[in-house]
Amino acid sequence: MKKIAFLLTLLIVFLACDSDDDNNAPQFLISVSHSHNWDGENVSSDDIGITEFTNESGEVLEITRLRYLISKIILTNSTGDEISILGTNDYNLVDLSDNNTFNYATNIVVPPGTYTKISFVYGFNEEDNMDGAYEDLNSASWNWPGMLGGGYHFMQFDGTYANPGIGDDPVFNYHNGTAKVSDGVFEQNFITVTTENLSINSNTVIDVKMNLAEWFKNPNTWDLNEFNTGLMGNYTAQKRMNENGQSVFSVYLGD
Amino acid sequence: MRYFSIILIACFFLSCSSSDDSTNYVPTPVNLEIPALFNSLLLPPSVPTNNPQTLEGIALGRKLFYEPLLSNDGTQACASCHLAENSFTDPNRFSTGITGEMGTRNAMPIVNLVWNFQNRFLWDGGASSLEDQVDDPIENPIEMNNTWPNVVATLQATSDYPDLFEQAFGTPIITREFVARAIAQFERTLISGNSRFDQYLLGDNNAVTAQEINGFNVFMDENRGDCFHCHGNEFNPLWTNNAFHNNGLDSSFEDLGLGGFTGDPLDYGKFKSPSLRNLAYTAPYMHDGRFATLDEVINHYSEGLVYSNTIDPLMKNIAEGGAQLTDSDKADLKAFLLSLSEPEFTTNPAFLNPN
Repeated sequence: MKKIAFLLTLLIVFLACDSDDDNNAPQFLISVSHSHNWDGENVSSDDIGITEFTNESGEVLEITRLRYLISKIILTNSTGDEISILGTNDYNLVDLSDNNTFNYATNIVVPPGTYTKISFVYGFNEEDNMDGAYEDLNSASWNWPGMLGGGYHFMQFDGTYANPGIGDDPVFNYHNGTAKVSDGVFEQNFITVTTENLSINSNTVIDVKMNLAEWFKNPNTWDLNEFNTGLMGNYTAQKRMNENGQSVFSVYLGD
Repeated sequence: MRYFSIILIACFFLSCSSSDDSTNYVPTPVNLEIPALFNSLLLPPSVPTNNPQTLEGIALGRKLFYEPLLSNDGTQACASCHLAENSFTDPNRFSTGITGEMGTRNAMPIVNLVWNFQNRFLWDGGASSLEDQVDDPIENPIEMNNTWPNVVATLQATSDYPDLFEQAFGTPIITREFVARAIAQFERTLISGNSRFDQYLLGDNNAVTAQEINGFNVFMDENRGDCFHCHGNEFNPLWTNNAFHNNGLDSSFEDLGLGGFTGDPLDYGKFKSPSLRNLAYTAPYMHDGRFATLDEVINHYSEGLVYSNTIDPLMKNIAEGGAQLTDSDKADLKAFLLSLSEPEFTTNPAFLNPN
């Protein structure tokens, strides 16, 4: 049976290599990378639990865990055609402690030229944020509780911060996802990030940058003494995360 | 010309007739029996390509799991400390080895390990596969206190094992690798996915009580139990994230846990999150079995958390000792946790001693 399948595959490969398909127009390979910084200073897995960062309100914090979800990276060409970059699953769970999640090779090739925009979704949009729909995210316990609207986490940002008033380092769980307005009433909380007018003339890396400092800065100066844990069901906290998240991400094309 | 090439290649492949295969013994492939929920929600099980599940391999592994000849004095088997009736853990806080010495950790339950995608096994992550895991208990002086050459020679000298290894692996020559592979194959069949809560999730609303549903809500409420970040949820029916956490047991560490294995001070005091399945049978609890009852476990997370440098930030309200659950929430949470137990798993004839 395997031999027959192999022969059929071989046949398809031979027939697919028809000279009519030859095309001399160059095609450039697209890949994705994720990088992290704190107001321009690179942040890597080596900083976890070691490096102290000072947020906008002056609190000194350390990162214990940072995981977040990026989906629907879409390149749009000048005629309005959309090219999905992440492939079948169309999402990537990035983990600051795991360098293997930073770089995402694709088999997407595109012709050179000017593209009107590139965009991605931080988290899942309403259509994609379905309860239990993704086996790998379920296996990673990435789900967002049904009582808070269900679907999946967008981010888990955990750490400790210095608070001399309490003694031992207090903890924070800056977890973001669907916002609960009231029992049974929920509000979408994802963010779409877009960069316009791009040019591709070589193999290209889509670099998604996260400035962690922005989660605590703009427009809401985050006070960890006010918002530290138990934020998943806190509507105000969830919407402020969304507001601050608007300036957290940027996307660039690089070689 | 291209089509002529294809025909030539086809003739070459077809000429390799199946009669060649008859000289290579192939044991009988077996598919794991995957619970319906797991099938729809989780990634496929993680079976290494160099050790596929086979009827003969599983049978041999089961026999070896219950085989006291694996120990130096022929008195202890894997099953001596991993009892089926206890979801393959030891009801004693610490297991006693063949020399009478006791260990320092509670034996881990063996359940649903084929979905441990991170491939870090044991409380401290010290084994990178189920095959790798077999090494330590056999060689550990305070467990079976044996050597691999002795294990292999002992089994080789028996009347039945060489034939069983030949059936499982195509050779009567017994090796350390084949012993480990067979035991790992058996351990991968130890799947539990038919608790009352599973039946509820599959649509049987009468399978659980109102109190157990309340307990599930405590489990999933970040401001009450907040258990789900480490112990799964209705869409992760493993009821563990298979990761390592410092869950606030001690202010300093005699047992470094994951940190003892990695050498990284940031890992000190971190231990594997165990699955919450079959808690009705797996007491005592925690890596060192310090809690004899589930009530003690729940009280720990509610009022007993202790700060240390590597404590997981998911352990909240540390200054107050934890989640501060009400008595009602504690009772409901306990009821829910026990609904994840599957009595049939502990009596499944396919898992019991064949010797």
